[in-house]
Amino acid sequence: MKIIVAGCGKIGTSILANLAQEGHDVVAVDKKNEVIAELTNVYDVMGVCGNAVDCDTLEEAGASDCGMFVAMTDSDELNMLSCFIAKRMGAQNTIARIRNPEYNDSSLGFMRQHLELSMAINPELRTAAELYNILKFPSALKIERFSRRNLEMIEFRLDDDSDFAGKTLVEIRKKFDAKFLICCVQRGEEVYIPGGNFTLQSGDKIGLTASMPEMQKLMKMLGTLKKQAKNILILGGSKTAFYLAKMLEEGGNTVKIIEQDEKRCAELTAELPSATIIHGNGAEQELLMEEGLSTCDAFVALTGIDEENILISIFASMQKVPKTIVKINRDELVSMAQKIGIESVVSPKIITSNVLVQLARALENSSGSSVETLYKIFDGKAEALEFIVAQDSKLTGKMLKEIKLKPNILIGGIMRGRKTIIPSGVDMILPGDRVIVISSNNRLNDILDILK
Amino acid sequence: MNRKFVFYMCGQMLIIEAVLMILPLLTSIVYKESCAWAFLLTGGIELFLGALAMLFLKPKDTVIYSREGFVITALTWVLLSAGGALPFVFSGEIPSFADAFFETVSGFTTTGASILTDLESMSRGLMMWRSFTHWVGGMGILVMVMAVMPMTTDRSIHIMRAEMPGPIVGKLVPRVRQTAKILYIIYIALTLLQIVLLLLGGMPLYDSMIHAFGTAGTGGFGIKSDSIASYSPYLQWVITIFMFIFGINFNLYYLALIRRFKSVFSSEELWTYIAIVLISVFAVTVNIMPLYSSVSESVRMSAFQVMSIMSTTGYATADFDLWPQFSRTVLLLLMFVGACAGSTAGGMKVSRVIILFKSARRELKKMLHPRSVSAVRFEGKSLESSTLSGIGVYLSFYIAIILGVLLLISFEPFDFETKFSSVIACFNNVGPGLGAVGPSGSYAGYTAFSKIILSVSMLLGRLEIYPIIFLLSPSVWKKKS
Repeated sequence: MKIIVAGCGKIGTSILANLAQEGHDVVAVDKKNEVIAELTNVYDVMGVCGNAVDCDTLEEAGASDCGMFVAMTDSDELNMLSCFIAKRMGAQNTIARIRNPEYNDSSLGFMRQHLELSMAINPELRTAAELYNILKFPSALKIERFSRRNLEMIEFRLDDDSDFAGKTLVEIRKKFDAKFLICCVQRGEEVYIPGGNFTLQSGDKIGLTASMPEMQKLMKMLGTLKKQAKNILILGGSKTAFYLAKMLEEGGNTVKIIEQDEKRCAELTAELPSATIIHGNGAEQELLMEEGLSTCDAFVALTGIDEENILISIFASMQKVPKTIVKINRDELVSMAQKIGIESVVSPKIITSNVLVQLARALENSSGSSVETLYKIFDGKAEALEFIVAQDSKLTGKMLKEIKLKPNILIGGIMRGRKTIIPSGVDMILPGDRVIVISSNNRLNDILDILK
Repeated sequence: MNRKFVFYMCGQMLIIEAVLMILPLLTSIVYKESCAWAFLLTGGIELFLGALAMLFLKPKDTVIYSREGFVITALTWVLLSAGGALPFVFSGEIPSFADAFFETVSGFTTTGASILTDLESMSRGLMMWRSFTHWVGGMGILVMVMAVMPMTTDRSIHIMRAEMPGPIVGKLVPRVRQTAKILYIIYIALTLLQIVLLLLGGMPLYDSMIHAFGTAGTGGFGIKSDSIASYSPYLQWVITIFMFIFGINFNLYYLALIRRFKSVFSSEELWTYIAIVLISVFAVTVNIMPLYSSVSESVRMSAFQVMSIMSTTGYATADFDLWPQFSRTVLLLLMFVGACAGSTAGGMKVSRVIILFKSARRELKKMLHPRSVSAVRFEGKSLESSTLSGIGVYLSFYIAIILGVLLLISFEPFDFETKFSSVIACFNNVGPGLGAVGPSGSYAGYTAFSKIILSVSMLLGRLEIYPIIFLLSPSVWKKKS
């Protein structure tokens, strides 16, 4: 499919890199010549230098016959306008980044409809949602939710004294009386989709699917259950912080935000009446201690500077804060942060490009059982996907052990109505089920792609 | 420097060359010539070496940067020229390796300069190979590989940039592979069209293929010692027109294919190219009028020679060395200009010349109005200062190399005109020059040393200087830290 990405900042670049890797024909549009030169050197994409609202530029990029047009410039208004023009020129689907909170209320639906946007994406809002999920279940490094709320995939790392370490998956299943499935293991740089004889080691990072109550039961048995965070300290008053604070407030939590800029503090105070807004420099340890860093349940670093986020969260961990989460924009810093023990990391880039990769795959597969949700997990080395099984699918009516899967694929869960099934060999897939598939080294567009 | 990847690519290229030798092999089988075994032997050696490289040097790390792109390109061209010279040596028809190397480099770089004095006695298989190297070298052999083989790296644009002529190399479509495919499809279609038109004019199939390859690559190897002169006026016109066609930027053909005629007709380079052609043809026609019996003949002669020199092909229908001094000077100047960027032709390229003139004008204006702010505009866009300085640097290298090569061959016993035009004709990939190396002469009189020097200058000209320079500089070869 031909895809145009207009505006190649951090998020735009990440999107086009992912889409080009997926095999799409990507055209990058940006105002700056240097940006285009750099991009075309590194990725196999075509570059067009120009204004994304200029018809000539869009014509040159080929907007009239593109399958997807993604506007990711800094300005919401520019994104809306260039999507509108691209749509009028003949682009099949348009996606605009719209992140101003003023547009993200009831007016969004109206605008989407009249600008004929296929999707309005708000990276800040999505990041905040991911942060909120983690804060609700702090035992996990990360939580991936699927469209029904009754099955989740969590990631966590095995400590030295973990009860899982040194056991095969079959042994673990016997020992722990809970319904869960270990779907994915990362050891060093390698990612495995484990079989029953796979032996876990301490230090492995594992991905596991289960329903929420089972998950809590399991964590209790492992002794790693952390209390849901109630008292949260946020550093940096960005848009993400605003969205997160709003969600947390609605969930009845206590939120404190530290922000340097006085004007921004005033704005936040107006919009978040029950949150405590502190004006000050978060890099000062004195201030952090004074505002009760050591007594809060969770600390979230959301400043615009990755290095500052990492360093301050190291300090927070030293103060024995039960849960610290860091926002990191630059990919290379994510793995570095993980090496020095900062495990709960959210990256707006990855979150946003996941959404677009999912959309592109769903668009390519117009019939059959297309991708409903897609997560790239474990540094993008594996994927967790959700499919809805079509009525006449070849998969249905067979026991799972009779289905021949490609290597490195595992069925991690089945959702049937309100019921959650953690599958074993004798379970069956029925039409209308939502199926979670974990895979590495495969590119799945349709659930049938899992078959040999 | 990702050496493993570089050598792996070179191995792949050897195999490709072995495959390419199937065409001349078939030709020699059809004509029952003994040179067939020379191709088999060469192909065998190349397959063996190539397979060794591909088996033992499979790189894990496929990230390449522009330096690898340059080195792969330069190394491939040197290697393939050496490999392509082997059939000539094995068959004994060009016994000296330096001669065979000169002939093959001249083929791949689409120069068309030859050391052969008696073309009619050569076997047809070898002549087919000689002309086929023009066709392969014209669009670029690495571009061909990109089109047919799945590339192992995302960054193959670096290789394409190093091989394709012109100051700015962009893509037609998002994928490098697709771009390469489109270019080759246009190239093949135009070549086939020319073969058909030549056949219609009564030229035998073998001759048509040879001449179509020579025109498409803007090379200029023929099979007769008087080049095209003995063919009918119709055939001469067909070749004239196709020399013009292959001198146009291929991107424009693609734009025409996707019906963006407006962009095609607004191309500044195209109009300048057409203008230079028309003016030169007119000037030369008037100048040579007394030598020919009719106006139509002098127009035909003048158009053919001007097109042949400007597109750096090097075919001839008349011995222009016997023309008046003015016409010869015009032709010599056209050798410098060359045809459009993104075509198969050599030379400085029309776009570079336009930009050089425009920036010179801007500098003059700046002297008169020191505070004036102005940009150099080309094809409707104002150019970055990095592009401008890049072209300035290119010009300095261009002049330095011409002077350097001229110095190196200065001890040869020819007159100055011969030596100077040899350097210009080789470096700009034209082929025939003036004096002893004119259309009726050959490069056979040069010593082996000068032949190697001229071969290198042909490679420098075809690959636009930088790849060969980087190939020779040790700092580029440093191991990746």
